[in-house]
Amino acid sequence: MEARLQELKNEALAKIQAAQTVKELTDVRVAYLGKKGPITDVLKGMGKLPAEERPKMGALVNVVRAEVTESLDARMVLLEEQAINEKLQSETIDISLPGRPAKTGNPHPLTRVVEEIEDLFLSMGYEIAEGPEVEKDYYNFEALNLPKGHPARDMQDSFYITEDILLRTHTSPVQARTMEAKGGEPIKIICPGKVYRRDNDDATHSHQFTQIEGLVVGEDIRMSDLKGTLSIFAKKMFGEDREIRLRPSFFPFTEPSVEMDISCFKCGGSGCNVCKKTGWIEILGAGMVHPNVLEMAGYDSKRLTGFAFGMGPERIAMLKYGIEDIRHFYTNDVRFLTQFQRTEL
Amino acid sequence: MLVSTKWLKEYVNTQDLPPAELGEKITRAGIEVDAVIDRSEGLANLVVGYVTDCVKHPEADKLSICQVDVGGGEIDQIICGAPNIAQGQSVIVARPGAKLPGGMKIKKAKLRGEVSNGMICSLQELGIETKLVPKSYAEGIYVLPEKAEPGTDVLSYLDLDDTVLELGLTPNRADAMSMLGVAYEVGAILGEEVSLPEIEYTEAADSAESMLSLEVDAPEANPLYVAKVVRNVKVKESPLWLQQRLMAAGVRPHNNVVDVTNYILMEYGQPLHAFDYDSLGSGNITVRQAKEGEKITTLDDTERTLSAHQLVITNGTDPVALAGVMGGANSEVSDETTTVVIESAYFASDSIRRTSKDHNLRSDASSRYEKGVDPNRVIPAAERAAQLLAELADGEVLAGSLVFDQLDKQERIVKVSPDFINSRLGMKIRLEDMLDILSRLKFNTEAVNNQLIIEVPTRRQDIQIEEDVVEEIARLYGYDEIPATLPRTDATPGGLSPYQAKRRIARHFLEGAGLLQATTYSLTSEVAATQFALEPTETTRLLMPMSEERSILRQSLLPHLLESLSYNTARRIDSAALYETGSVFLKGQDELLDEQEHLAIVMTGLWIDHSWQGEKTAVDFFVAKGIVEGLAEKLGLELSFERGEMDGLHPGRTAFILLDGKRIGVIGALHPSEQKQRDLKETIVVELNLATLLTRETEALVYTQVSRYPTISRDVALVLSNIVEAQTIEGVIRKAGGKLLKDVRVFDLYEGDRMEQGKKSLAFSLRYFDPEKTLTDDEVNAAHEKIIQALTESGAELR
Ligand SMILES: [Zn+2]
Repeated sequence: MEARLQELKNEALAKIQAAQTVKELTDVRVAYLGKKGPITDVLKGMGKLPAEERPKMGALVNVVRAEVTESLDARMVLLEEQAINEKLQSETIDISLPGRPAKTGNPHPLTRVVEEIEDLFLSMGYEIAEGPEVEKDYYNFEALNLPKGHPARDMQDSFYITEDILLRTHTSPVQARTMEAKGGEPIKIICPGKVYRRDNDDATHSHQFTQIEGLVVGEDIRMSDLKGTLSIFAKKMFGEDREIRLRPSFFPFTEPSVEMDISCFKCGGSGCNVCKKTGWIEILGAGMVHPNVLEMAGYDSKRLTGFAFGMGPERIAMLKYGIEDIRHFYTNDVRFLTQFQRTEL
Repeated sequence: MLVSTKWLKEYVNTQDLPPAELGEKITRAGIEVDAVIDRSEGLANLVVGYVTDCVKHPEADKLSICQVDVGGGEIDQIICGAPNIAQGQSVIVARPGAKLPGGMKIKKAKLRGEVSNGMICSLQELGIETKLVPKSYAEGIYVLPEKAEPGTDVLSYLDLDDTVLELGLTPNRADAMSMLGVAYEVGAILGEEVSLPEIEYTEAADSAESMLSLEVDAPEANPLYVAKVVRNVKVKESPLWLQQRLMAAGVRPHNNVVDVTNYILMEYGQPLHAFDYDSLGSGNITVRQAKEGEKITTLDDTERTLSAHQLVITNGTDPVALAGVMGGANSEVSDETTTVVIESAYFASDSIRRTSKDHNLRSDASSRYEKGVDPNRVIPAAERAAQLLAELADGEVLAGSLVFDQLDKQERIVKVSPDFINSRLGMKIRLEDMLDILSRLKFNTEAVNNQLIIEVPTRRQDIQIEEDVVEEIARLYGYDEIPATLPRTDATPGGLSPYQAKRRIARHFLEGAGLLQATTYSLTSEVAATQFALEPTETTRLLMPMSEERSILRQSLLPHLLESLSYNTARRIDSAALYETGSVFLKGQDELLDEQEHLAIVMTGLWIDHSWQGEKTAVDFFVAKGIVEGLAEKLGLELSFERGEMDGLHPGRTAFILLDGKRIGVIGALHPSEQKQRDLKETIVVELNLATLLTRETEALVYTQVSRYPTISRDVALVLSNIVEAQTIEGVIRKAGGKLLKDVRVFDLYEGDRMEQGKKSLAFSLRYFDPEKTLTDDEVNAAHEKIIQALTESGAELR
């Protein structure tokens, strides 16, 4: 009986080693250790043995069982691992295939520029003011120190609808309306929006374009405050090492009036095609709010002063991104629009 | 304004600054120099030649063989093709080795067998625009007005060794529309004095009054009129220096009389006019308002009908000039003229602007009058003209002038304190520095009791208030000196309004959903203006559109957005999805228009294109509807949809979008014929009144506790008539479902061959839920049974 056990053990161990799959090994387990297996048979046969031999034989059976079980388990671990590996192998994909595209749209480049400017001024405590695109002559011109017949009206050839109603030629009427509405209180606003002028559309002109203007009115607002504010703007929009310079200019609604140049962001000031070899790029017009404009809106120009500035997002986008034709902004070519997807930060 | 730096030096010392540097200083001080033009650019080795002999080329009709004295005792043979070449002329010669603009180099050549040692030049060949070349030389070579020493360098002889500054003048700086004005500006910048022309001439014994009488019947429009009479003038070509200065200033030389008036216009900024005395025929000049319907033929040979508000110069009966704008052809100075009447006047700017606009006629004179001329230069300009006519036309100036003068020529006084100036600028400029700047500007200033009392010269009409002085000080002190500070106002919170914030949320949602933002024009054509408009009103047309395509304000964003789509598909971009937010313009109650912010979406082609994994879906109604529903959810709004029809949209695939039962938008597939016309494939459009969505206040967001109890699902499949809408059935289910029914969702639709004609199969997934406990099967069955019953009653057939 002992010999029979040894034989069974050797047989089982050999079959365990021979098993190549989890299934085969499971079959071996059932065959040798199952309720109907030969080792169980040996145990059942123990009843025929003399009583004194039974414990010894029982112990021997347990040892054989333990040895076979151990071998089985070890082999099982191995085979399972092998099986997983094979499965994984078969599941390998071509990771170089393209991914399922996520749906992405993006803002228009002008919105991108306008929003960037808005966010900068919002962070400095400005509000955004908006107004109608079809305006009264009064707000578009007269309230801005441009009475009928003023020579500077020629600077802005306009689309009239009636004698007194026109498509606004700048976003300044929003300033006039805001001042009128604020009834003499301090103001800090920026006004983005669409404007219209009688220009033939070509690479650098558009009968419709956008503007963004700013207005600050308060006690003791000085020209130096304008310079400081514009300097922050220039650095934020065009890079930390930008310098600005102010050049005297003329706008009927400001006095003094200036134009702001920034040091060329392409060449840094040494002269290139972007800055037309001057090292400077004209970015915006600005000035101290003309006392007539303040007075007309009901402000005491002796007590409150202000500054205003205005710029064209088209021009800024064209400079920033190197866009050569203003008409691209209005044709909506998908190959153009999708280029303004990614961040620059 | 074109400023010859060589000419400018006559009035002010420019300190030998290189022109570009001078230009930069002028720009930084406030008048933008748009261009610095070197008149000698590309020119080299040009000399004066004297044509000693000139014969026809035997082999070529149009060529002449000339013997030209080029100085140094050399006579060169030059072949010339100009029709006006002749013996005895002093001409411009480009000898071999000479250079002309455009990189042309002159070489010795043979023309039809004859040697040519260079070329005789026209002014155009020297780079002067044809419109500036005197008419008599426009078709040929330029003949020097006086005999010149052969071999003389042409550049200096013709004053081409000059650089012209092109000033871009803003409307306030009318004072710089003259050489003297620019001289004052440069003088102020450089701290130099300005020397005015010295006016000296001999008067004849006879007085001007003996030949001419003057009457002004419109003193408001014409407060100052001066007339001088110059007798025995010889009308001829002007001397070279005068011709060249005019050309440098962008004016074409004509004859000495006309040239003198133009020269003084450029020098003083004061328009002058010369009449042929004999053509006046009356010995009288009367200034008056025109008679309605009166006619005049102006110097540009155009007959113009006049209105009563226009000012005319007459000979006592008929108009001889449109005052301040253009002279009349009937009194023009010609070669036969012997007696000239010089007019120098002050015309009110409003009157001139109106007249010039009425006739769409702008001249050098009118553009100066419009902006206002210097009252104190009217009389000196007339004297200067008399002097030059005496010098250059051998004229005899009659004694005295005819003058009508009611013009206020007083200097304006502006008072401003140095503190005011510094507080506006945020600077600390010393009083001495301010006084220095004012004295450089030639503004007589007195400093009394911390107050500057400034006498502003009449040439600077733009200096009227304290702030104008602030600017003068700042620009000449230098804006670079202003420090950079920030407003010392109380900190304000700033920020977006709820409307603006929600607009950004909406935009970001749409972009996240895969739409590209587009921008189109507000102006459109009559046809496109109301197409797809939700609530079309009467259209709004521009008074003077530039084209029919851009003449009316749009009432829908879709037509232009669809054009953008077609633009893309025409370039083989077959799939595109765009959105735009912008105003539409409706006629409202107010005199202003009712501007409403709309949102429009257009999409065509593939919505999902991931074909290697078998995913390829074209855009359809439901893609767009899903975006609209998602947007509403984002904005906390509940929209509903009702079947509808609109011109241009597919009648079976169009729905109106409703908010609280009110139509606020439309969503639909483009009508096949509209698609064909626009060259588009299946295209879906949406237009919504965005303002309505964004102005709606949303409820506060309150969290609902997440339940521990499960939901239980039951499906129901129905056979229905295919005209029954899913939302009707959903309504039946919800109504019958009671409070345990949490959610209803369509999960299958079948309308294929296996269905009976006119029927469809629609399957819903229903979810039941009780927040208080786990539902039992019995409870769910009871609720579900009620729904099934209601569905059966409504005519649906269980599958
Ligand atoms: Zn550069």
